Amino acid sequence: MTGSTAVGALALLLVAPGVPGVATKTKSWLTGRRGAPVTQLYWDLLRLLRKGAVYSTTTTWVFRVAPVAGVVAPLLALGLLPLDGSAALFSFSGDFVGFAGLLALGRFAFVLAALDTGSSFEGMGASRDAAFASLVEPALFIDFLVLVMATGQLTLAGALSGAQPLAWGTTAPALAMAVVSLFFVMLAEASRVPVDDPATHLELTMIHEVAALDYSGPDLALVLYGAALRMTLMAALPTILVVARTIHSPGATLASLLGGVLVTAILVGVVESVMARLRLSRVPQFLVAASVLASLGAILQLLT
Amino acid sequence: MERLADLVLLLVLLSGFLVLGTTRLTTCIRAVAIQGALLGLLPVILHPQWSVHTVGLAAGTILVKAIVLPRFLIWAIREAAVRREVEPRLGYLASLVLGILAVATAGVVAGRLPVPGDHPVLLVPTALAVVIMGLQVLATRAKALIQVVGYLMLENGIYVFGLTSVDRVPFLIEVGVLLDIFVAVFIMGIVVFHINREFDSLDSARLTELHD
Repeated sequence: MTGSTAVGALALLLVAPGVPGVATKTKSWLTGRRGAPVTQLYWDLLRLLRKGAVYSTTTTWVFRVAPVAGVVAPLLALGLLPLDGSAALFSFSGDFVGFAGLLALGRFAFVLAALDTGSSFEGMGASRDAAFASLVEPALFIDFLVLVMATGQLTLAGALSGAQPLAWGTTAPALAMAVVSLFFVMLAEASRVPVDDPATHLELTMIHEVAALDYSGPDLALVLYGAALRMTLMAALPTILVVARTIHSPGATLASLLGGVLVTAILVGVVESVMARLRLSRVPQFLVAASVLASLGAILQLLT
Repeated sequence: MERLADLVLLLVLLSGFLVLGTTRLTTCIRAVAIQGALLGLLPVILHPQWSVHTVGLAAGTILVKAIVLPRFLIWAIREAAVRREVEPRLGYLASLVLGILAVATAGVVAGRLPVPGDHPVLLVPTALAVVIMGLQVLATRAKALIQVVGYLMLENGIYVFGLTSVDRVPFLIEVGVLLDIFVAVFIMGIVVFHINREFDSLDSARLTELHD
């Protein structure tokens, strides 16, 4: 059982750089452009890995640790998900708090590194990143609450896997709310429209990109890969919730998980081509909407 | 059928949240129109043995709540040259949080309310929640037009509640509610135009400054 989960994790690690690529490609097609190839990020990563790194003299070891933490944190979080629909690589009671904690840890390291550069622009981006993350977290926790209430399991592997006797049935409305809310959370975590625009290059408006301005060479490659991995992870979370309850063989679950992540990436591209990035003062409204959807799910779960 | 009804009721609730959270007047009106259309579907879903009565009720509701009234409101916006923003007295975030509290309260109250008959789990909570959200819009939004939307939501909630007794008191409640809405919106429409013509503003806070 764990073998197929490991295969799933490896597959997701390989696919990760393609996920933002698919979103960008969808956006290009829908707006009538040809767009960069889906594999663009793979080539970017290869190119960056062959280059040397330049460090500002004001930076310390904090700056060099952050890119590694940015990859390792989502990597560990990935291990908590039951990728084949039955078992996770590792799992313990209450591990969804660990999941949120790992996401926060990666962000914390990144924020510290941005402050470490001493640049005002990067500090600004980092502060926005931290502020919005604090609004995303309640939504994530309420979603987990819905999962726990629906399944009575205290581990992510237990709550997400299809091993539960209870199928979609009575909990469908609540879980549907959770899935939509998790999609919103994914948009925020992956710094996509409407929270952040990955295509913008104006320091005053960007959030994630601006905090990465000082990175170069292999470090930048790690930062980019970490962001892609984070997006893949957050896309995989709602996908497993849907897939594991409908399909019951590990192989088919893995295949449909990859398919689901792809579909999520296409959805992100569609969202990006139909709406613009929200004004910064409107972003909290969007994030609270995610929490509201999740709470609605929790209330529905209590009612039914 | 039960599941489909719950889904429709859930969408009714979500359209209520759309009204609370959006910044655009036209989006509000569209949301209330969608809500009206969903309400029109409800009697047909709840009573699968279709009769002339239920189908007529559904068609009438969709016609009035989802087509005529929203068009009337949108026409009023253009005609009165209203600015497109909602301009709430209470922020959007607080509105959304109050909305979720409304749903929670409705859930608790509905659990204790002895409503006779057999109906979907979400029917009574949705009815109460939509009524509270409508009241909230009426109380916390400054513009007369958006208050009409709030009033419509309030009526929608009452309509949903009326569905619990549709098989025992047929025809009476629904027609009453439809007429009620029509008259109310008509009057409020006139009021809206009046205010606009006299003071060049649709802000109901200005009403306190009336002389004579």
